[in-house]
Amino acid sequence: MRAPLSWLHEFVEIPSTLTSSDIAEALIRVGFEVEDVIEEGLGLTGPLTFGKVLTIEEITEFKKPIRYVGLDCGEKETRYVICGATNFVLGDLVVVALPGAILPGDFTIAARETYGKTSNGMICSARELGLGEDHSGIMTFAEGDVEIGSDALVFLDIYDTIFDIAVNPDRGYALSIRGVAREIAGALNLTFTDPVDALRDVTFEETGKGVSAKIAAPDLASVFYLRTLSHFDASAKTPMWMRRRIEKMGMRSISLVVDVTNYVMLELGQPLHAFDKAKIVGGLTIARAGKTTKFTTLDNQIRTLDPDDLMVWDDKEPLALAGTMGGLSSEISETTTDIAIEAVHFNPVCIAKNSRRHKLSSEASRRLERNVDQELAQYASARAVQLLISHSSAVHVSTAVDGAPTQLPSIALDPTYISRLLGFEISASSIAGVLRTIGCIVDEKSFTITPASWRFDLVTPADLAEEVARMIGYDKIPSMLPPRPIHATLTPTQKRRRAIASMLAARGLAEVQTFPFTNQETIDAMGFLGDRASTYRIANPMSEEVPLLRVHLVPGLIEVAARNISRGAKDFAIFEMGSIFRSSQKLVPAISPQLGKRPEQKIIDEMYASVPPQAFHVAGLLVGKTESEDWQGKARAYTWQDAIAYAQDILELCNLEWSITRSDFAPWHPGRCAELIVDGKAVAHAGEIHPKIIERYGLPERSVAFAVGLSALPDSQIVKPTRVGTMPAAVQDVALVVDASVTAQEVESALREGAGDLLESVTLFDRYDKIGDGKISLAFTLTFRAPDRTLTGAEVSAMRESAVVCAEKATGAFLRTN
Amino acid sequence: MNLDEIGTWVLDANNAFSAALDLDQLKIARLAHSGDKSPIALASRGLGVLSPDEKASAGKLIGQAKESITSALASATARLEAERDKKVLLEEVVDITLPVKRTHRGGLHPITIIKNEISDFFIEQGYRVEEGPELESGWLNFDALNIPADHPARTMQDTFYIEPVDSGMVLRTQTSPVQIRSMLENKPPIYMICPGRTFRADELDATHSPVFHQVEGLVVDKGITMAHLKGTLDNFAQAMFGPDVTTRLRPSFFPFTEPSAEVDIYFNGRWIEWGGCGMVNEKVLANCGIDTAVYSGFAFGMGLERTLMVRHNITDMHDIVEGDLRFTRQFGIGL
Repeated sequence: MRAPLSWLHEFVEIPSTLTSSDIAEALIRVGFEVEDVIEEGLGLTGPLTFGKVLTIEEITEFKKPIRYVGLDCGEKETRYVICGATNFVLGDLVVVALPGAILPGDFTIAARETYGKTSNGMICSARELGLGEDHSGIMTFAEGDVEIGSDALVFLDIYDTIFDIAVNPDRGYALSIRGVAREIAGALNLTFTDPVDALRDVTFEETGKGVSAKIAAPDLASVFYLRTLSHFDASAKTPMWMRRRIEKMGMRSISLVVDVTNYVMLELGQPLHAFDKAKIVGGLTIARAGKTTKFTTLDNQIRTLDPDDLMVWDDKEPLALAGTMGGLSSEISETTTDIAIEAVHFNPVCIAKNSRRHKLSSEASRRLERNVDQELAQYASARAVQLLISHSSAVHVSTAVDGAPTQLPSIALDPTYISRLLGFEISASSIAGVLRTIGCIVDEKSFTITPASWRFDLVTPADLAEEVARMIGYDKIPSMLPPRPIHATLTPTQKRRRAIASMLAARGLAEVQTFPFTNQETIDAMGFLGDRASTYRIANPMSEEVPLLRVHLVPGLIEVAARNISRGAKDFAIFEMGSIFRSSQKLVPAISPQLGKRPEQKIIDEMYASVPPQAFHVAGLLVGKTESEDWQGKARAYTWQDAIAYAQDILELCNLEWSITRSDFAPWHPGRCAELIVDGKAVAHAGEIHPKIIERYGLPERSVAFAVGLSALPDSQIVKPTRVGTMPAAVQDVALVVDASVTAQEVESALREGAGDLLESVTLFDRYDKIGDGKISLAFTLTFRAPDRTLTGAEVSAMRESAVVCAEKATGAFLRTN
Repeated sequence: MNLDEIGTWVLDANNAFSAALDLDQLKIARLAHSGDKSPIALASRGLGVLSPDEKASAGKLIGQAKESITSALASATARLEAERDKKVLLEEVVDITLPVKRTHRGGLHPITIIKNEISDFFIEQGYRVEEGPELESGWLNFDALNIPADHPARTMQDTFYIEPVDSGMVLRTQTSPVQIRSMLENKPPIYMICPGRTFRADELDATHSPVFHQVEGLVVDKGITMAHLKGTLDNFAQAMFGPDVTTRLRPSFFPFTEPSAEVDIYFNGRWIEWGGCGMVNEKVLANCGIDTAVYSGFAFGMGLERTLMVRHNITDMHDIVEGDLRFTRQFGIGL
């Protein structure tokens, strides 16, 4: 919303001691973001006058068209200037900067020789004068618009300050000069004159029978004013002051009738619509589109109507998409003589829906959907009639009305509530004063507040508290800390996540965060199947390329890795922590309990259950070499062992015990993927990425990855440590030959089982796979220790023997002899 | 036995030990002056033939001489060993400026870092850090927060909906549903923050991302005022932007708070919009069954990307979301 200072001056007494930044700050203080303060005419000094185009000599020998123009500037002699624009004809009046004038950008006008002629000034465009960005050509006026030779600076009211402010959706009333002026007056404690006061008693003589007005149903609109005028002469011109104000608001002057409706909307906030009465059959009715499906708006677009669209009808057909855009058929034209001016308080939701359905956001709909002062239908339409009568030959015929403004409900306010909510003492009389400033009626005895007719947003005492706070100033609110609870801590889960992230970061992995979106192609390429491949689809994805929610973290890591590789990275390790979204449960129709009270626990439980579980994972991708190669030597590549070790590190960090088994599990290499099992549940996978995937995404060969389902991990328990033994340990080595298909873990488990309670640790210290016959040799060191004594050689041998026997039984292992 | 020269033996031994330039020479000197064939050793062996009286006096003399020689040898040994060690250590000198670190540089994503930092700040003040699902019920994300069904934020231009749309499931547009869950699950007093990932149907550009992060805070207790909100935000801003930062509350509008405000900070010479806040709308409290006659509350919310971009002068959102290692690695673990 733009607000020129010159216009604001009409309704609020602004002392000249206040600067534009004082005013901007006041607006910000009361809740209006000032996006820009535009100083129009800054850097412009006269003389600037109006001249009439008497002669045009087209000079053609240059690359662009050049005109040598003779002007009557009210001087004895014709003034000749060179001009590069061509959008004017003989007889037009134009703005002329005379020698000595300075245009914005410190451009001094002087008589000079150019294009072989003497140019004695300059014909100006709006942009050259610093009046906006309109560079469509020089400004032209018709005879009678302006006076030849007069001071254009004064006549065009050029020097002005325009505040461009953002208006929050609850403050639709401020989409008007009236509303902004009131806010400035309130914020700076200045005197405000409501333009509506002068309109309250305005009536017009009924001179005939005009168009009737009807609201078909009360939920569509509350007030409908329809003013019929006759004897309008389409040649009537918009007065320059009105044209300039409309331009300063960022709109264009079109014709007197359209300009008046726009002007009144800008001034008071009530959108108006003018119909050519000759095109109206019978009376006007506000009703929904119903079965009518086609309508041509005045921008000549044929719109397909929704049955719920709100329309303004005559007795035959719809004439306007209510509050949004008029229709082509009843548009004011150059031959219009009789006019019907509509001012309606529409149901704002209807207008919002009209606007949204047709993707049409107009100055009118923007105001109406935020709700407009119900009393304005009467006053704004009266103001429009006044203006049309005084600037044309129009005559008022009749005023039709349907409906009446509804009174906004009063609010019972305990004035101490406001102090209690804001946290500082405000007297009841200050509260009453502030609320009156913003237009409320305050009954100080009962402290009953009746909101002003434009303040639909004031419903609860809290709404009033905001008004008091903002008018007194949010800066007056003291700063203090709330009483605080004694203690809080991160949850064990949160601590675990942090520890894991810190560990991975400390070990050379860089954390990344990817968008949790994917597509079917990626899911298929990864080889995910069944439950692991099914996910939820976004109805309106940011891109049709990624309409699904991710089912795994590794694909995102692969994408990031590929990006880093494309940017020159070779050897690196990355990880991500985040949710995945497998569609483990079918979505049910929305559970939307009634508002205003806590839903029943059963409903809350159902609603919670309707939200699918979203597992939290950590995954890492290790690419290339484990370290950089330099003068110290070559580095080795990451291997499946590294990936598994990271997964184990994470489980170890969480103090969990796991077993491990080989798994054919996407997106890993079917022969090189470990599944880690905790409490019987597969919680992690790690190993080499499937060669097909590596090839497809251009990763270095044998890149490896791990993924751990953190939300599947059991909570850690209170640790009950065993005493640390101080007796000497006894160490025994044993080399066993097994089939290559036997896993190291199977052999180790058997050794552990057979060795008994005094076994402290088992370490695989050698693995030899060159002995042939499909056999391998696994050599273990068994460490035994008793808590209370030194073990004898006989005891140790017996335990070793028992371990070997157990391994033989369980895995077919036999002692290696060579 | 002639022990007249015993003084000379000691002197010779001392001289020889002192003259030794290294441990090898000392060894030769040791063999000559205290070895088996040294005069003192020979004299010592000759003691056996002496009478007890002579033996006693000669033995004493020889003993003293031996002690003296041994001590001289020990000090010479110590001197020469120290010299040798020093020389060896000097010879073993290396260029410790050589580039030795080969391991990859890791690091936390800056969003994680700032999330941790904010969590720690509020934990210290007794707030819990709560989390909730990213795929969330529309009632919890909108309705309960007093955002009605026809609110523009609920259109498909702003919110990602999940199929089937009648499920009302959305990718949460704010972390506020975690506040609602907290109020439904706990009785006041409630002091919590909820950092997390949020979604809006925006295009990715230098300052926007369809996937971003917020931290919101909620306090519901007896006697909570807007002054408490202001004090909390003042502290929070200083924790984020340093002691010189100034905050400003500016009246604004949000469906879930009343009064509402924007939080601006004055940082690096200009006012910057940081987040939104206000006193929790009584309708929201009522939707969660909190007695508004007894309790009041405040809430606030900030974008983590925005906080990060302002504080670290990051000019392009792409750096935060693309996962380029060169970006993340600059942050270490944020400590």
